[in-house]
Amino acid sequence: MLTIATVGRRFPSGTEALRDASLRLQTGDFVALLGPSGCGKSTLLRLIAGLDQPDSGTITWDAGHKPQPGEIGYVFQDATLLPWATTEENVFLPLRLRGLTRTQAQRDIAAVLARVGLTGFESARPQQLSGGMRMRVSIARALVTKPKLLLMDEPFAALDEFTRHKLQADLLALWRDLGCTVVFVTHSIYEAAFLARRIVLMTPRPGRIAREIQSSLAPSPETRLDPAYATLVADISKAMEAALA
Amino acid sequence: MILRLAPWFFGLLALFAWEGAVRGLDVPAYIVPAPSSVFQAFVADPLGLAVSLASTLTVTFAALLVAAILGASMAIGMATSRFAQAAIQPWAVALQVTPLPAIAPLIIIWVGDPFTSLVVCATIVAFFPLFANTATGLASPPPELADLFQLYGAGRFRTLTLLRLPAAVPYFLSGLRISGGLALVGAVVAELVAGSGGFASGLAYRILEASYRLEMPRMFAALVLLALAGIAINYGLGAFGDWVTRRRGNA
Repeated sequence: MLTIATVGRRFPSGTEALRDASLRLQTGDFVALLGPSGCGKSTLLRLIAGLDQPDSGTITWDAGHKPQPGEIGYVFQDATLLPWATTEENVFLPLRLRGLTRTQAQRDIAAVLARVGLTGFESARPQQLSGGMRMRVSIARALVTKPKLLLMDEPFAALDEFTRHKLQADLLALWRDLGCTVVFVTHSIYEAAFLARRIVLMTPRPGRIAREIQSSLAPSPETRLDPAYATLVADISKAMEAALA
Repeated sequence: MILRLAPWFFGLLALFAWEGAVRGLDVPAYIVPAPSSVFQAFVADPLGLAVSLASTLTVTFAALLVAAILGASMAIGMATSRFAQAAIQPWAVALQVTPLPAIAPLIIIWVGDPFTSLVVCATIVAFFPLFANTATGLASPPPELADLFQLYGAGRFRTLTLLRLPAAVPYFLSGLRISGGLALVGAVVAELVAGSGGFASGLAYRILEASYRLEMPRMFAALVLLALAGIAINYGLGAFGDWVTRRRGNA
């Protein structure tokens, strides 16, 4: 889908957020960017989205493709919904910015809300919803344009563990059904091991990619009870410790 | 319930104590009038005082309207252009820190027309909270939301109309509430400075007139009316803000 080649980013403050990062994204991938705070994983995500430009290196889409608005979905750590808008209006936003009317968008909105389990909450405002439901709205908003690439920046980090497990399982099901490519930033080894097919380990100061671990676990909720899952978590922990040492 | 009645009860108690003290100590009315004589002074000429109140309130609301339009549009101008922000901000602060009584005489001379000059004075006082609050509100959306608008290819105009302006509404409304009280203060100060050379019909002029004539009860009656008007403006604008907020659903 796209190739990240020796990308570096230094902020005006002088912090070197990212050095020499190279990564190839295949269509249908589920990649986790895993590492402690300050390892440049969010910076890399923003660069992929085109919200920021690298100081060195290149990010090239395959076949010279230029991503159009709506081809990339982005989910932040906070749900970042418009507080004055209903669930439906919040999910409508990306389509509205592309010039669609509410009537034209209605079917897509209803479909995506059903997909994330929010049917019946169309006219609720964000502050009437729980943290987990707000995140569902945020995911629906990212999915409503049927993106090819879904970028997620620690989306479940602020949720309680039970809600997090539920949303992780739902995200896996979504990824299987929709077949879109996901890049998922996290600082949780467990989350990375449960969700991703490819786990990219990153280290801080300067942020760089240390190594990559492949997962052969089945993308299903039962994986959590699979001994192979525990083994993968242990492998990642060891590799992360070695990379940070 | 008892907490709601408490301020009324306390106020009533204070009025009785005041009345009792004035009568008991035989204080002359030209120093401190008893509440009963203040009430009598009001009943003696309710229409005159009401007309004066209406005049002051007209200035107040005209100034509030002008300040709201000016403050909001300048804040929007600043939000859309960094150059405008650099150009406007220091002058807005300069306007804010200049005491009105110091510049009111100049304005009254320059503007000429008494009504307009009073409105200009009150606008200067009421402008800043509206301007500053709206500017804060326009800048309030988290950077992630701005990123999201950028990601979906929204230009400055759509980011303004769909994100920044709606986000600024609650800030603007609380600015309006603050400025409502300030506009009244500005109107009264301007009337006091203008004195008989001005409009000669506002409540502040009634206060000046009564003090020249040592009509303390009438002066107090005008003061009470001003205080009540201030409270009404404050609560009225607060209720207006709540109403708008409820209608938008983010109470």
